[in-house]
Amino acid sequence: MNAAGFPILSLVTFLPLAGALVIMLVRGEEAVVARNARWTALWASLITLALSLLLWTGFDQTTADFQFVERAAWLPEFGVGYHMGVDGISVLFILLSTILTPLCILASWESITTRVREYMVAFLVLEAMMIGMFAALDFVLFYIFFEAVLIPMFLIIGIWGGGRRVYAALKFFLYTLAGSLLMLLAILAIWYQAGTTDIPTLMQESFTPRMQFWLFLAFFASFAVKVPMWPVHTWLPDAHVEAPTAGSVILAGVLLKMGAYGFLRFSLPLLPQASADFAPLIFALSIIAVIYTSLVALAQEDMKKLIAYSSIAHMGIVTLGIFTFTAQGLSGALFTMLSHGIIASALFLCVGVLYDRVHSREIARYGGVAKVMPAYALVFMVFTMGSVALPGLAGFPGELLVIVGAFKVNPWVALGACMGMILGAAYALYLYRRVIFGKIVREDLKALLDLSPREYATFAPLILLTIWMGIYPSSFLNFFEATVAALVARHEAALGAARLAGM
Amino acid sequence: MSPMNWTLATPEIFLGIAGLLILAGGVIPKKETFFPVSMAVIGAFVVTAVLVLGQGEGTAFLGQYVSDAFSRFAKVLILLGAALTLVLALDFNEKAGIGRFEYAVLMLFATMGMLVMVSANDLMSLYIGLELLSLSLYVIAAFDRDNPRSAEAGLKYFVLGALASGLLLYGSSLVYGFAGSTNFDRLADALGGGTASLGLVVGLVFVLAGLCFKISAVPFHMWTPDVYEGAPTPVTAFFATAPKVAAIALLMRVLAGPFGDLAAQWSQVIWVASVGSMLLGAFAAIGQRNIKRLMAYSSIGHVGYALMGLAVASEVGFRGVLVYMAIYMVTSIGTFAVLVAMRRNGRSLEQVDDLAGIGRTDPAMAMWMAVFMFSMAGIPPLAGFFGKLYVFLAAVQGGYWVLAAVGIGTSVVATYYYLRIVKVMYFDAGTAPLDARPAGLTVVMTATGVVTVLFFLFPAPIIAAAQVAVAAIAG
Repeated sequence: MNAAGFPILSLVTFLPLAGALVIMLVRGEEAVVARNARWTALWASLITLALSLLLWTGFDQTTADFQFVERAAWLPEFGVGYHMGVDGISVLFILLSTILTPLCILASWESITTRVREYMVAFLVLEAMMIGMFAALDFVLFYIFFEAVLIPMFLIIGIWGGGRRVYAALKFFLYTLAGSLLMLLAILAIWYQAGTTDIPTLMQESFTPRMQFWLFLAFFASFAVKVPMWPVHTWLPDAHVEAPTAGSVILAGVLLKMGAYGFLRFSLPLLPQASADFAPLIFALSIIAVIYTSLVALAQEDMKKLIAYSSIAHMGIVTLGIFTFTAQGLSGALFTMLSHGIIASALFLCVGVLYDRVHSREIARYGGVAKVMPAYALVFMVFTMGSVALPGLAGFPGELLVIVGAFKVNPWVALGACMGMILGAAYALYLYRRVIFGKIVREDLKALLDLSPREYATFAPLILLTIWMGIYPSSFLNFFEATVAALVARHEAALGAARLAGM
Repeated sequence: MSPMNWTLATPEIFLGIAGLLILAGGVIPKKETFFPVSMAVIGAFVVTAVLVLGQGEGTAFLGQYVSDAFSRFAKVLILLGAALTLVLALDFNEKAGIGRFEYAVLMLFATMGMLVMVSANDLMSLYIGLELLSLSLYVIAAFDRDNPRSAEAGLKYFVLGALASGLLLYGSSLVYGFAGSTNFDRLADALGGGTASLGLVVGLVFVLAGLCFKISAVPFHMWTPDVYEGAPTPVTAFFATAPKVAAIALLMRVLAGPFGDLAAQWSQVIWVASVGSMLLGAFAAIGQRNIKRLMAYSSIGHVGYALMGLAVASEVGFRGVLVYMAIYMVTSIGTFAVLVAMRRNGRSLEQVDDLAGIGRTDPAMAMWMAVFMFSMAGIPPLAGFFGKLYVFLAAVQGGYWVLAAVGIGTSVVATYYYLRIVKVMYFDAGTAPLDARPAGLTVVMTATGVVTVLFFLFPAPIIAAAQVAVAAIAG
């Protein structure tokens, strides 16, 4: 139990499922069902958001311990329990999920016209699984949520996606499943050795270097696909391009963070030795990801694909920051994850706005949009600048911290991360210029309508957050300061002990 | 010599007498009595299940028959599977023109054979139970006798099944010759040292081959796709569920009991069968267009996963097998309920593509089918995941990393074809809607679907029951 006296994490996790159940029970004509499904989904996700704000206000920033902890017996004889709780690492991701879901539902309000009921059910189930994954403090429970996310996302891409949706959905599913099953083996091996899957208890456990090596590889297979890191990133552009707008938003906003979260939650604390040993490899892959995917992004003709590649580059910065094992690097990685969750989501929503009107994502199809949609041009600019990491917007503090952290470890690594920022500016501004500026060459673009009130409502919270995170990052950084400090201290202690033992 | 103590076998005796009475009751009236006879058979199954739950422990019939927690667990599963698959046949058989009361009676005797099998404590009673099951199954497979495919299925199953029975008998005679007994308890005593003569090992392998045929493990799987495809769909549903559970249970009892100390010998055989079944089940199903054939390969794959737990030869492994088979049975029955319901303009459909678009035209059935497919693929939080979790756990604990790795690889491959079915249902444009389905199928689908979805809420009781059952044979 917790200070509030009621199981708030379980409530936040399972409330969307209750909403989904209500939607499933609606009967009647298709139009009525669709309307009911939209409103029910919106209210369910808004109530979830309101409840999750209690986490924001009730969270004690001074401690690295797990808070809002709930426990229940589940499979007692195996040491597997229902154990939920949050610390500085996870609490803001739950909030990110609860904020993005209502925005996604708003964004799909008019663009999804077929099988609205199933769509809303899938989104609410997806939200429940995402929140549960970030709140789970038991390995088996974590795995269940981690994998269960695949089912609604598979259906969202496959049913409401674009032309090559079937290919993209299958690729997304099988890629991530292959990685996750290896992680399952690792979890079973840990379970066998430690006799429990309780994550806080496992933090006290130490594994032999050889076992750490194999466990790290197994975790790496799962999380690297999810992040995604180069060279296992190829599912992401396909999935992003084919997914409906809201699907892309959740994919970029939350699902990509699951991999990095896995590194932070499991690889680092459980396998300190192997993490340190593998850090050079991660650096190399991250820098390749940053530079290579930025260059690939420059060459894209499809707006969504461009943003998808930019996501891979940003996640490269994140993994780089995580494996510096410095307070700055880790805080920067966490902050970049949050800011990318907001900005990339917003960029996908921006693309969605154009796609809803013109039904094309091709960059060459546009040009001169600023003349007919000035408000839209402004919104798009805020997020483009955020993505470029302009100081004063959300992208900047995180990347700066990562580079500072990287500099402590190795100046060359820091240089690689800087290259990413430069190239990032290049492709983002290039995209913006081609779409927004220039002359209107196509007749149909002249008739475009600017943002509707619904779209203003969707973008307003994201703009607010982008500016807030840029101007006053401490209100977010404070959340994970204590946890990151504890993580770094424990990591150094574990490495020190290993070094002593080795001598 | 243990006494006769025949009251211990009350459930089997009751079922046998009920079968004879129902047979008489079916013959006497002038008109066709398929429906009332089926109801009576289901009633007999329910009463037998109640009797099984109250069954005492011990041996009977001079040591031929044993009743323990293990046999109770398996019997309840078998009776549940038989009753539900008979429900699937009610409407189908009427429409297919094979609504004859003998069908239900044959299922009853097949079920009785299975009950005898799982309670067998002697190679002789094992054989009797197995043959009672097999003979009933040969007839049921060919029940749609005017349909050449059904007749072919029955004949193929009979020829290969007779061969397997021959192998089993030959193996039994070798075991008897080299160990001096057919009784499981005395075999266990005789083989207690863990060393075995070559002749005995050969006999053991023959017995294993005969039993592997019944569970359709590679390389004794050849009959499965043809028989599954040719037999009427409710018969296929029955084949895929209760007899599989019975044969796996029997295999476990034989291997864990009398041959428990020879684990080093038989574990390798099961290892090979497990790897082969997983690989074949995953790869051969990919190209299948006929959904019954696809389910045949899928069932071969699932047997491979179950055998993984058996190959580990530990209590954790045996427990994993039982949990796996229980979950597999429930999910399979649900899947077959959907297959039986596939009917358009009165014609029964069997192609995967015939499911196209039912996500729109029949959302409830599509949802359950998707649940079953995701569960068979082992995606959490559905029941199938827990089955895999327990066998993988056993493999990891026993250090069987190759088995676990093959299991992981084939899981991903198998997921592809399960996803293909979901894809066809939801992503592809459909043609005409399917015919309205009878209420019985809806009930079976919904019940098994709800169990599959909500299994994660209360796994503990089922796992505890499996644990008690395993302790009875491996203790």
